[in-house]
Amino acid sequence: MDRDEFMVKVVSPAAFTIGLFVIWELACRVFSIPLTILPAPSVIFAALIEFRAPIISNSWVTLWTTLVGFALATVFGLLMGIAVGWHKAIYAGVYPLLVGFNSIPKVAVVPVLILWFGLGEIPAILTAFLISFFPIVVNVATGLATTEPELEDVLRALGASKLDIMRKVGIPRSLPYFFGSLKVAITLAFVGAVVSETVGANKGIGKLMLDAQAAFQVQIVFAGLLVLAVLGILLYICTALIEKRFTGWAFRGQNR
Amino acid sequence: MDPLVVLNNVSMAYGKGASAVPAIEDVSLDIEPGEFIAVVGPSGCGKSSLMKLISGLHPVSKGELKVKGETVTRPLKSVGMAFQNSNLLPWRTCVDNVLLPLEIVPPHRQRIGSHRAEYKQKAVDLLNSVGLTGFTDKFPWQLSGGMQQRASICRALIHEPEVLMLDEPFGALDAFTREELWCALRDIHAARGVTVMLVTHDLREAVFLADTVYVMSNRPGRIVKKRRVTIPRPRDLEVTYTAEFQDVVHELRSMIGGKH
Repeated sequence: MDRDEFMVKVVSPAAFTIGLFVIWELACRVFSIPLTILPAPSVIFAALIEFRAPIISNSWVTLWTTLVGFALATVFGLLMGIAVGWHKAIYAGVYPLLVGFNSIPKVAVVPVLILWFGLGEIPAILTAFLISFFPIVVNVATGLATTEPELEDVLRALGASKLDIMRKVGIPRSLPYFFGSLKVAITLAFVGAVVSETVGANKGIGKLMLDAQAAFQVQIVFAGLLVLAVLGILLYICTALIEKRFTGWAFRGQNR
Repeated sequence: MDPLVVLNNVSMAYGKGASAVPAIEDVSLDIEPGEFIAVVGPSGCGKSSLMKLISGLHPVSKGELKVKGETVTRPLKSVGMAFQNSNLLPWRTCVDNVLLPLEIVPPHRQRIGSHRAEYKQKAVDLLNSVGLTGFTDKFPWQLSGGMQQRASICRALIHEPEVLMLDEPFGALDAFTREELWCALRDIHAARGVTVMLVTHDLREAVFLADTVYVMSNRPGRIVKKRRVTIPRPRDLEVTYTAEFQDVVHELRSMIGGKH
C-alpha cells in the first residue's frame, strides 16, 4: 500500500469515525444534554466496560442466531435462485409470491414464530433467515437470467443441455451477483435477529437493550447500539472479503 | 462431391400461427465441403436467422434442410459459432475459454477430465496458429478486441467442426484489425479445409474471403443473387484494390436496396 492509498483506505475512515465521536461528545457537554436523552460517548464507553459480561454473553447469542439464519438463507436462497432462474415458467410463477412475501414486515411475523416455537433462539434464527433470503434469490436469478443469448447459442449448437449451460456459464456468471447479495443479506439477517429479540426473547442484545430501556439505563441502550454497529461492520467485511476471494475476476481493473 | 449443406425452398418464421413473423422465405442454396460462403444483405434481413437455421437452433417451417444427407431436426454438434461479440467467459483464461466446447461435445467431454494436458496443448497450438502466442494464459479482458475475436474463432474451431459459422465476427473491430483478421481467417480456411459460412454486411470482406457470395433481400429474407468469386487463391490484401475485385463489390452493392 503506498502513501496515497493508505490515506484513502485507513486514515480517512479513521478520521471520520473519530471526528463523529468528538463532535458528539462536545455537543453533549456544550448543550448539557441529559443522560436520558443522549449519553455522551465517554459515558457509553464506560457503560460498555462496566457491563461487559452481560453485553458479551448477549452479543454472542445475537451473533450466532444471525449466522445460523444467514447460513440457512444462503443455502436456501442459492437453491431457490437457481430454480427461479432456470425456467421462465418458474420465474413467472414464483416471483409474485416472493415479492408479496418480502413485503410483509418481518416484525409482524415474529409473534407467530414465538407462538409456534416459544421464546428462545429459534424465532430469532427464523426471522434472520426470512428477512435475508430474498436479496439472494433475486440476485442469483437475475445473474442466471441475463446470460448472453449468443453464448447460449454457441453452447446449444454443440448439443449442450440446460444443465451444461448452467454449470459452465450460468452459475459462474451469477456468482458475483450471489456474493454481492451476501453483503446485503448479512446486514439484513442481523437486523432480523435483533428485531425478533426486541419483540420477544430471553437472550440477545435486543433483549438486553429492551430491559435497559425499561430500567432507564439509557447508556446501556446506547452501548448496545454501538455493539450492533461494530458487529454489523465486521460481518459486512467478512462477506466482502469472501466476495473478493471468489469473484476477483469481476473486479478487474480495480486491483490488478 | 455431394454438398455438405442443402437448403431446398426453406422458409422460417419466429412465433407460431397467425402472429408468426416470417424471417426467411424460400431460400435454396448448397454448400460444398470446404467451400467458403458469405451471406450479405441489409441489416435485419434474416442473415443471422439463416445461420441459426442451418445450425439446427431454430426449426424450419417449410421446405427441406439437410446436412450430410440428413434432415436437421436438432442442434448439430458439428458446427462452431462465433459472433460479433467475442462472448469469452471472463473467469476463464484464454486457453480455458477455447477448451469450453470440449467440455460439452462427446466424446471429448468424457475424456477431458483425465486428458486435460493433451487437450490443453491442442488449444495452445491452435491459439499459437492464429498469432496469440504468449497470450494463452491471459484473461479475456487483458486482450485487445482483435485478439479476443481470434480466441473466439479458436473456440469455434477446437472441436474440429465441419461447418464454421461466423456472424459478423469482425463488425466491432477497427478497419486495420479487421483486415488482419481477414487474413487470419483466410489462412485458417486454407490450412484446415473447414467449410465456412460468414454472415456480414461488409461487401469487401465477403468478396475477399468467399468462394460464393449470396445476397439477401429485406425481411423476409430471400436470396436475390448468387455470385461466384473467381479471384484465384491464395488472395492477398492487394487484391482488394484491383479492378476485378471492385467490379464484384459494385455488382453486389447494386443488388442491395437503400438510397444512394
